Amino acid sequence: MSEPRISTASELGIVACHCCGQLCRHVQGDICCSRCGARLHRRKPDSLARTWALLLAAMILYIPANLLPIMRTGSLFGSESNTILSGVAELWRAGSWDLAVIVFVASIMVPLMKFAALLVLLISVQRRKAWRARGRAHLFRLVEGIGYWSMLDVFVVTLLVALVRFQLTQVDPGPGVVYFGLVVVLTMLASMSFDPRLIWDHAESVDDGKAEEVEHD
Amino acid sequence: MEPSAHSLVICEHCDAVHRKHELARGEVARCVRCQAVLYRRPWLSLDSMFALALAAAITFFIANVWPIVTLELNGHASSATLWQAIVATWNDGVGVVSVLAALMLFFFPMLQVLLFGWVLGFLRAGRLPPGFIPIMRVLHAIRPWSMVEVFMLGTLVAVVKVGDIFEVILQPGIWAFAALTVLLALVASFDVRRIWLLKRECCG
Repeated sequence: MSEPRISTASELGIVACHCCGQLCRHVQGDICCSRCGARLHRRKPDSLARTWALLLAAMILYIPANLLPIMRTGSLFGSESNTILSGVAELWRAGSWDLAVIVFVASIMVPLMKFAALLVLLISVQRRKAWRARGRAHLFRLVEGIGYWSMLDVFVVTLLVALVRFQLTQVDPGPGVVYFGLVVVLTMLASMSFDPRLIWDHAESVDDGKAEEVEHD
Repeated sequence: MEPSAHSLVICEHCDAVHRKHELARGEVARCVRCQAVLYRRPWLSLDSMFALALAAAITFFIANVWPIVTLELNGHASSATLWQAIVATWNDGVGVVSVLAALMLFFFPMLQVLLFGWVLGFLRAGRLPPGFIPIMRVLHAIRPWSMVEVFMLGTLVAVVKVGDIFEVILQPGIWAFAALTVLLALVASFDVRRIWLLKRECCG
């Protein structure tokens, strides 16, 4: 590569506060930001273990989130339960294909993409792959930016439960919506625990042709 | 004061160290290694940030006082505000959902608006805002969890879902939420780091 050598903050023994942006000297151990007092770390602590734990929990809860109904519509003609997928199908059949696509992307594609992306990131970092670091960095930022839109279906149910309260017709929340809300929160926490700097730590050590010493705190 | 603290920027995403440059209008500084955004040229003055926070606070109030939509069927009508929706999900036994909605749609957006307004108001007057450090840390922490724009889209989906059974009457709340979506997006884009710099300019 013809790019100039890039210095990293950890080589220079400095760290930027994630909260206020202040640069502080950081040699070893735990320190707090000299300006705002936030605890500073060279890398997010236990990043891989935490991300794995939150991601696996989210993936497990994703199963009941999709199998259990997220809402029940009760009327004179009986009651009908909707899961996330059947809700999308219903929107499609009702002719609002545009909203069906939006809900499908937010509720089904985004969580699955997030699972896949975090798995790729975790495994590639653990195996110390230098492969496509810039592409993986983009992938992480994409995943972080769109994840919260998955709350869409949860808010739809919240509003419908309050609105559809007629004598003959009402909407009740199903257990699926609880699991789904938890899945979204867990995947958000998982991507926040992942430290994208780890992608580059290993990429660099391979580029240099020597294994860099990994500091443990 | 830390050495060279104001001339260097560290990329949050890959740890590469860059020298800070003055940017022209509309320019964005990106990391040479991972291409993440490092910093932007600020385009809002302290006064306009304060005005936006104030406008967002007023809109937040309107959005939460008026009902969002009304449904009508055979002469019966039913309408709901955001808070009624939060209470209804609580009463229907899905407390987790109710708490998530209350935090992400009500408390976090409200805190964002009020705390930014508080800090910017004092800075405009050239005074150190009481509680500045804890407030800045709270603002940094709640930012990813404020989701009014998702609720706005959810309202649209909900209205379309029930539109062929009920007559849907849009209430002032839905317009206020639409305005709040835009205003909160602007307020949430305020750079917490920039406010630390403004604080140094204003009160040392």
